[in-house]
Amino acid sequence: MSHPPRTHRDRRALWRSPLRGPWLTSVLGLILLFGLPVLFVTGLLSYAAYNPDLSPVNDQTPDKGLLGFYLFTWPTNPSWLYRVNQGVHVTLGIVLVPVLLAKLWSVIPKLFIWPPVRSVGHALERLSLLALVGGGLFEFATGVLNVQLDYIFPGSFYPLHFYGAWIFMAALVVHVALRIPVMVRALRSRDLRAELRTRASDTKPEPPDETGLVSPQPAAPTMSRRGALAMVGTGSFALLVVTAGQSIGGPLRETAVLAPHGRNPGSGPNGFQINKTAMAVGVRARDIGPDWRLVVRGATGRETVLTRERLLRLPRHGAALPIACVEGWSTSDQRWDGVRLADLAALVGHADRPPRVLVESVQRHGSFRRVVLSDVQVRDPRSLLALRVNGADLSPDHGYPARVIVPGAPGVHNTKWVGRLTFGNFEEGA
Amino acid sequence: MKAALHRFGPGAVLHRFGLRRLERESPLRLVLLLCSFALTGYAGVRLLSGDWFGIVLWIVGAALLHDLVLLPLYAFADRAVGAVLPDPARWINHVRVPVFLSGLLMLVWFPLILGRQERRYEHATGLSADVFWPRWLLITAGLFAASALWLAVRVAIRVWRRRPGPRRGAPAAGERKPPAGPARPSRS
Repeated sequence: MSHPPRTHRDRRALWRSPLRGPWLTSVLGLILLFGLPVLFVTGLLSYAAYNPDLSPVNDQTPDKGLLGFYLFTWPTNPSWLYRVNQGVHVTLGIVLVPVLLAKLWSVIPKLFIWPPVRSVGHALERLSLLALVGGGLFEFATGVLNVQLDYIFPGSFYPLHFYGAWIFMAALVVHVALRIPVMVRALRSRDLRAELRTRASDTKPEPPDETGLVSPQPAAPTMSRRGALAMVGTGSFALLVVTAGQSIGGPLRETAVLAPHGRNPGSGPNGFQINKTAMAVGVRARDIGPDWRLVVRGATGRETVLTRERLLRLPRHGAALPIACVEGWSTSDQRWDGVRLADLAALVGHADRPPRVLVESVQRHGSFRRVVLSDVQVRDPRSLLALRVNGADLSPDHGYPARVIVPGAPGVHNTKWVGRLTFGNFEEGA
Repeated sequence: MKAALHRFGPGAVLHRFGLRRLERESPLRLVLLLCSFALTGYAGVRLLSGDWFGIVLWIVGAALLHDLVLLPLYAFADRAVGAVLPDPARWINHVRVPVFLSGLLMLVWFPLILGRQERRYEHATGLSADVFWPRWLLITAGLFAASALWLAVRVAIRVWRRRPGPRRGAPAAGERKPPAGPARPSRS
């Protein structure tokens, strides 16, 4: 087959790598075809984990409409559910960066095809490709920036990353549907094992075809396809090595040398990862000093005010639970010790089947000062208002005098410095 | 009339803009694209309900910045390195691979490496923010050192093979045939 017809305005000849061609693009596309749906699904699950339908207090995207069609009450089992989900979402996203870049590199000649538009359908497809490339880069960029606390994107992370994902997926699905026959044909056109045995000096350009990816004037090869795939794979592996430890924890944490949570902030019982220190969210010494009180209120209006000493005298229970952040890092199980949320509900008239609870922190700022936990979360016997951790009192940075810990919930739903618990009905104004 | 249509009609206008002929439409493609745009529109009005200009700028800008700046820049740099190296086919990967890996780590972790949110990071996590820049430098140095070491080994093997002596031209057992072909001229 010959090259597609070219005109003097065709700039594809600018691109001279002999490796570009439908086979290489398809191999990279195939990796993304498996990886991107995993990112999408784990992303949607993470969104569901915030229980946005439970209360406006939890909802970062009140205008989601049909896009929240799949939401369900987030379970508390297994307790590592959110930890694994988010570790996979963030680590896989970072590991796929070189694959995405290589895929875009492999198709760059298509940007310069002439004529730029061949039909109405072709024009629409190119518009869709803008949403695909722009939307994809937007998703990767907002994710990568958010986990490093570099909030330079134009708005709040949650709506941007959530709606952006739908735009990216809308474009991706149509792109896959239109290109999958080409991909299958291209993958069958060459033998992967033979390709992985071919050295740079023996590398020949792919035969020209209608995709227009093969350079009409290829340069001499300086790298084999095997080498190119190995380089991309090494890039992914390098990113995996410097990142994954922050989600695995234990002795491997220190291997995450470039990730934000690759070190422990201290040693001892309270030496595990901190999302926001007391100082960062404006918790002052007197907010959590001897004058601190916990107000517990029930749906019938019954209210009780507890000091930390009173709380310590209530029946206490233990639970080994992790902290897992939306940013992908997590801790291994910590041994928490405190009062069951269900027992606190019983104090104010909810002896059996306790309802959901509004948890309010004494912290001055931070978007998760208030959070609503579902009845499923309240009723789990491992859901605690924790007073101690790993055999010691909570440190101020871990929520002293009292914090919530719930199995399987996103980290920010484990509210620190709790000042008030309101079971059942409450004013929902944010 | 027919001749006038041929010279000035819509076909001629399209021809002038490089459109020799419009392709026949695939109805499936149109339907798929319109379904996709419906979803894009539904999510789009929600996405753009805030700072719509900034968000459009980010999405379109991301595509343009990548396709028209980042990619041409590294492609040009790659070509420039190939042009100055004596035998690029043989040696360029000793530069290309460490630069790629080091650049990739920088591209993903630049906010931490460059300390862009040093105060916020330290306040939030209780960890010091000044470890990332030296770590990245060390990794980069290690990558180049490994590449240089590999290069040295390759050069040593070449020199050993070419050394004068009775065994000239007789490759040792199990040795692969040396990379084929004469030195290639620069690619550009």
